[in-house]
Amino acid sequence: MTTANARIDVPKTAKRGEIIDIKTLVAHHMETGFRRTHLGAPIPRDIITTFVCLYNSVEVFRAELHPSISANPYIQFSTVAVESGTLEFRWSGDNGFTAVQTTSINVS
Amino acid sequence: MRSRRNFLAAASGLAAAMMAPVARAQMMRTPLNNMPEAIRKVVGNATVRAGKVRLNMPPLVENGHLVPLKVSVDSPMTEKDHVKAIHVFTERNPMPEMVTVRLGPRAGLAQITTRVRMADTQNVVAIAELSDGTFWSDSAHLIVTLAACLEELA
Repeated sequence: MTTANARIDVPKTAKRGEIIDIKTLVAHHMETGFRRTHLGAPIPRDIITTFVCLYNSVEVFRAELHPSISANPYIQFSTVAVESGTLEFRWSGDNGFTAVQTTSINVS
Repeated sequence: MRSRRNFLAAASGLAAAMMAPVARAQMMRTPLNNMPEAIRKVVGNATVRAGKVRLNMPPLVENGHLVPLKVSVDSPMTEKDHVKAIHVFTERNPMPEMVTVRLGPRAGLAQITTRVRMADTQNVVAIAELSDGTFWSDSAHLIVTLAACLEELA
């Protein structure tokens, strides 16, 4: 299991029903699997394949990533602030890669 | 006596002649991948209509390693009428699939932004899958000067 540098930007507070903007960035080289070394040996694929956002343990957003996604995948999306609680972000991919970030949100 | 107009015409002709090898180089494109098949795998026999979706990408890309991609779909995002998924495909990257996101009424807005690689000058297609089972799409044409994916490691 790899630990990773993952960053998230989520507002700390929100009004109930407000659509909040979420920005996520995770450090990962996203090796495509289509490149070769100068000796011609193929470089095996090593990418993040799945990103999930859980809002109080309920999945609200999921992304399936492919080699076409740039290194250090950046994903920006939105969700409705329904209740106070925690937002959990999970990235997983090749070679057992996982990264988790959590944050709390106060909904009034 | 040579007029300015004649000179300009000659100069542009010369420029065109110099561009010709460049044009030939651009003919050496990366091959088309099987994008239509990848799209068919997602949409099945449903027809994909143009509209509702807006795919925002820069028309001219200097660095194919990091290209902003934004997809937004006109949808009220309610329980009855929402976007279930957004699929993005490319024509000339080694694989046609770029990204698939799954969302629902709790997203509030059907809008995502990410950054992608572009291996060549090509079209990108975004397809939205709605809760009523219809598919809508938008496409963008990008000119890429520095390609991603295909270079060798030093």
